[in-house]
Amino acid sequence: MTDDSVDGALVKVHGVDKLFKRGSEVIHVLGGLDLNIPHGEFLALMGPSGSGKSTLLNLIGGLDRPSEGTIEVGGKRIDKLSNRKLAGWRARHVGLVFQFYNLMPVLSAQKNVELPLLLTKLSRAERKKRAAIALDVVGLSHRTGHYPRQLSGGEQQRTGIARAIVTDPTLLLCDEPTGDLDRKSGDEILDLLQALNKEQGKTIIMVTHDIHAAARATRTLHLNKGRLSTEAIA
Amino acid sequence: MKYFYLIFSGLKRKKMRTGLTILSIMVAFILFGYLTAIRQAFDAGVEVAGADRLIVRHKVSIIQLLPQSYEAKMERIDGVDNAAHTTWFGGIYQEPKNFFAQLAIVPEELFDMFPEFVISDEHKAAWLETRNGVLVGRRLADRFNWKLGDRIPINATIWGKKDGGRTWEFDLVAIYEGAEKGTDTSQFFFRYDFFDETRAGGTGQVGWYTVRITDPDKATEVAAAIDAEFANSAFETKTEPEGAFIQGFANQIGNIGFIIMSIMSAVFFTILLVAGNTMAYTVRERTNELAVLKAIGFTDRAVLGLVLGESLALTFVGGAVGLGLAWLLVSTGDPTGGSFPVFYLPTRDLFVGALLIMAMAFIAGIIPALQAQKLQIADALRR
Repeated sequence: MTDDSVDGALVKVHGVDKLFKRGSEVIHVLGGLDLNIPHGEFLALMGPSGSGKSTLLNLIGGLDRPSEGTIEVGGKRIDKLSNRKLAGWRARHVGLVFQFYNLMPVLSAQKNVELPLLLTKLSRAERKKRAAIALDVVGLSHRTGHYPRQLSGGEQQRTGIARAIVTDPTLLLCDEPTGDLDRKSGDEILDLLQALNKEQGKTIIMVTHDIHAAARATRTLHLNKGRLSTEAIA
Repeated sequence: MKYFYLIFSGLKRKKMRTGLTILSIMVAFILFGYLTAIRQAFDAGVEVAGADRLIVRHKVSIIQLLPQSYEAKMERIDGVDNAAHTTWFGGIYQEPKNFFAQLAIVPEELFDMFPEFVISDEHKAAWLETRNGVLVGRRLADRFNWKLGDRIPINATIWGKKDGGRTWEFDLVAIYEGAEKGTDTSQFFFRYDFFDETRAGGTGQVGWYTVRITDPDKATEVAAAIDAEFANSAFETKTEPEGAFIQGFANQIGNIGFIIMSIMSAVFFTILLVAGNTMAYTVRERTNELAVLKAIGFTDRAVLGLVLGESLALTFVGGAVGLGLAWLLVSTGDPTGGSFPVFYLPTRDLFVGALLIMAMAFIAGIIPALQAQKLQIADALRR
């Protein structure tokens, strides 16, 4: 198990276990995991399938709860929050980017990006304005009215990133963001993530199988059988 | 409000399925509106029946006559305010399908006993001046396009004339309107004095009495007193509230309310399954999307609300259009060509329809909505 102990880290994972039950079988996905992630880091999580990368990402993003241990983000224990408070916390502090984009097919790019803003008290005009800015940041200001089916894979992922950053979250969690893209589109997405990290100071945790993608991160951690086994500085 | 587009965009996803479901719901609500209007047609008389009025008829049957002399005797009974007699004529206008009620009555008694028939003073005076004059309801006049001054021949099926003829000619001198929407304006009243003098038989006999009582709370006691007054006579009576009397008429056809309720229950149950199935599919197909909504911060309750909102939108569109079309259909006239005394969709039943829409939305949507609410984000994202 490896950990960078950084005082005042944005993310503090301490002694985290995660068990899944499949019938009578208990599967230990993560075991006694400790991890600190400082502000502004671009962390790549690598590891074979089933090693617990996505599970760890879900735990840090408040999409799931640990079986044991604590998770603190920005000084707040998120593993103790109620479902309602956790949802509110995610809306304010977490941006999620998925491998398969997970855009709403019946909504335009603009409306997809606006989705997280529905949870705020912003006016319709303000929501529209902020979504337009986010789409501009990802280079899609000319595609606002297009539906996901009318966008290429790379453009869909850019829309997904715009949706993730539109609320200006503390953390960007990316689960295989280039996993469904060709090399060129993947590189463009990685450029974008890198720019968000360097220019806007976003803390990014990216799960990837791709060593080239991991090379863009400032730090790479390897998960194996639920334990952080090695790390590499990019 | 800001979630509306999210709700409606969900419905646009499978346009064919949504369209067919809305169509099914629409048909169900058209049926609801139309059958409600039919039930109303049968029940209208009951609803507008005076609570302070009793009907006194022959104990054996409504077609047995009573002596006219009973009127004065009844009016002497404690609790009776007034009495008016009516006699069924049962004639045919042009052809049997043109059915409507023709009744012989004393005009002054009608004016006094039935305030729900709104008649102008001018028309009242005209009727009082014309022995063969007739007072008809607005709906009946419109049905046959009758105008004041028209002569209306009616062929008698029961009451032949003293001169051997069977065609009675009446002059249309007065038209009444209904005080309420449910008032029966399909009746044809002519003067009892003219009728009694002209008919070949039955002189001095009448069909039934309408009795107004001073205290509706004592209807049972007064009815018993009236029946007791004429007990053991040649013309024993049966007295009952006007509403019960009219209901008895309607029940000769069958329990219309029950029949209609049974049909509607079957239709709504089927449509509920259709709507429920649509909602179940909608949620199942969008498990991943619902999980994404939760992941970006929508609460469990918000997701529950979205699914229920979608269910409501689905049933509301179908139900509202269905009710609107039913209202339009009913407005074009009754399916019997005018035999129903009233035919309309009451506002009360439109509200019932609105409640049904909401109930259907809730029942069809609640199980899928609860499933969506309970969705575990991490699990659902893996599917």
